[in-house]
Amino acid sequence: MIRFDNVTKVYDQNARPALDAINLEIDRGEFAFLVGASGSGKSTFLRLVLKEDRASSGAVYVAGQNVANISSWRVPRLRRGIGVVFQDFRLLPQKTVFANVAFAMQVIGKSRSVIRDTVPEVLKTVGLEGKENRLPHELSGGEQQRVAIARAVVNRPGILLADEPTGNLDPTTSMGIMGVLDKINQNGTTVVMATHDDDIVNEMRKRVVELRNGVVIRDEAKALYTSMIPVVGQSRRLRDASGRELEPAPAPAAPNRSEAPATTRAAARAAGEGRL
Amino acid sequence: MRLAFVLGEIGSGLRRNLSMVVSVILVTFVSLTFVGAAGMLQLQINQMKGYWYDKVQVAIFLCSDGSTAPGCATGPATPEQQENLRKLLESPAVAQYVNDFQFESRDDAYRHFKEQFSNSPIVDSVTPDQLPASFRINMKDPEKYQIISETFSSQAGVETVIDQRQLLERLFSAMNIASLVAVSVAGVMIVCAILLIATTIRLSAFSRRRETGIMRLVGASKIVIQLPFILEGVIAAVIGAALASGTLWAVAHFFLGGYLSRQYPDTAFISAGQTLILVPALIGLGVVLAGVSSLLTLRRYLRV
Repeated sequence: MIRFDNVTKVYDQNARPALDAINLEIDRGEFAFLVGASGSGKSTFLRLVLKEDRASSGAVYVAGQNVANISSWRVPRLRRGIGVVFQDFRLLPQKTVFANVAFAMQVIGKSRSVIRDTVPEVLKTVGLEGKENRLPHELSGGEQQRVAIARAVVNRPGILLADEPTGNLDPTTSMGIMGVLDKINQNGTTVVMATHDDDIVNEMRKRVVELRNGVVIRDEAKALYTSMIPVVGQSRRLRDASGRELEPAPAPAAPNRSEAPATTRAAARAAGEGRL
Repeated sequence: MRLAFVLGEIGSGLRRNLSMVVSVILVTFVSLTFVGAAGMLQLQINQMKGYWYDKVQVAIFLCSDGSTAPGCATGPATPEQQENLRKLLESPAVAQYVNDFQFESRDDAYRHFKEQFSNSPIVDSVTPDQLPASFRINMKDPEKYQIISETFSSQAGVETVIDQRQLLERLFSAMNIASLVAVSVAGVMIVCAILLIATTIRLSAFSRRRETGIMRLVGASKIVIQLPFILEGVIAAVIGAALASGTLWAVAHFFLGGYLSRQYPDTAFISAGQTLILVPALIGLGVVLAGVSSLLTLRRYLRV
């Protein structure tokens, strides 16, 4: 669903690259955490997926399409296939919960009747039924983030990007949010979540991609926030020895993946593993 | 794209920025009024030129019933006199200075008069036999007017020879200078209007950056994001243009039509209806001004 092919992003010629020759593939329906210190390249990764920035070199594929080949007037179509959630919610303060979610449908031209049918359904999914007419400031942080998630998924995107969605929330509320994201993931949406929250990562036991200084230093399935493995280069063998699963969990929609020929994908994965 | 949604966005933008919108309306109003004033002066010049001005330079008026000139002692010009004059115009001595000439009969004169003075009450009190017939001469070199004047003034049946250009040229050059001044003032005001529209759109884009940011993220097209801003500027400019058009119409109706034409009944003034042909031009100019300046501003200040 998302594939980075030797992607480098340089903001400043004199500084080190924000992303340095990244190879990474996230399959359809997968749930992946992106962890790493501030400045490790997590946000740059998300920006490249959204085509907010262009890669300095290498290719970014989203849903099988090289984003460099998407003309600027078709970028909106790319973004309709991607939902985004932020740490600071970014709700419209003067609009009600219903209107905030409906806004995402209005601006892409959905009809009133479709909006009337879809929005309550999505609000139910995120656990906000009965709060349609509240204003954002009347809600708790966790509820506000649920509104933001509802807005991100109301147009049924194939991918949900979450940039530290629990950064402003207490641990209990955070777990609630994770429940919502997990539910959305189980409905088939690929979820990529950048986070610093070790409790959540340890609790969820999903794939973890760790970045440091623009390089992937760890890519493990069903992993913890901090690697248990001291030497990066031996991760695969040690994981074998410790009896954990070797391959990432198979994706639900795996049989009819359309993003690239199988051979290319295998080669890319092999190249990625070679670097680890 | 839903029309109601875009209209709602425009409405909220106009409300939030009301004072800026009012200033845009006023500035476009003033600048377009000056543009329109220049246009009206040009229309007025055309009106005064009448039927013959651009075609001929010299007119030889023949004697009519009330003529008192010495050459008209025998009363109105006879067909023979008229024929003599035509022969003289065609003779080699005169023809070398003449490009072309036409005879304007009394009926022709009456028709042209009615056209030129259609906005004036004087037209009802004039009949064809009050107007003289004339030869209208297009000169090879307008400076040679004296030769024609000397040759024809003393001919039988000629009341007077007039160099029309000389009579009107001074007035027209004054009016042309006035319209140049109006255009210059309009130019400065238009620069003001462009900058003010740009600032207004910039403020509007800033105050709505949350909305536009979200619109971008959920994949709204460029048109849906930018159109409300552009239309905001365009609507303000169109209101300004409409006010300017109204002002020009009022000037033509009450000042030219009501006051000046009573003071100077022998001058042909433009009618209020004629100023209406300026309206589409003014509105078009307002739309282009606002549209272009808001597009350029959005390109810089609203990332899509």
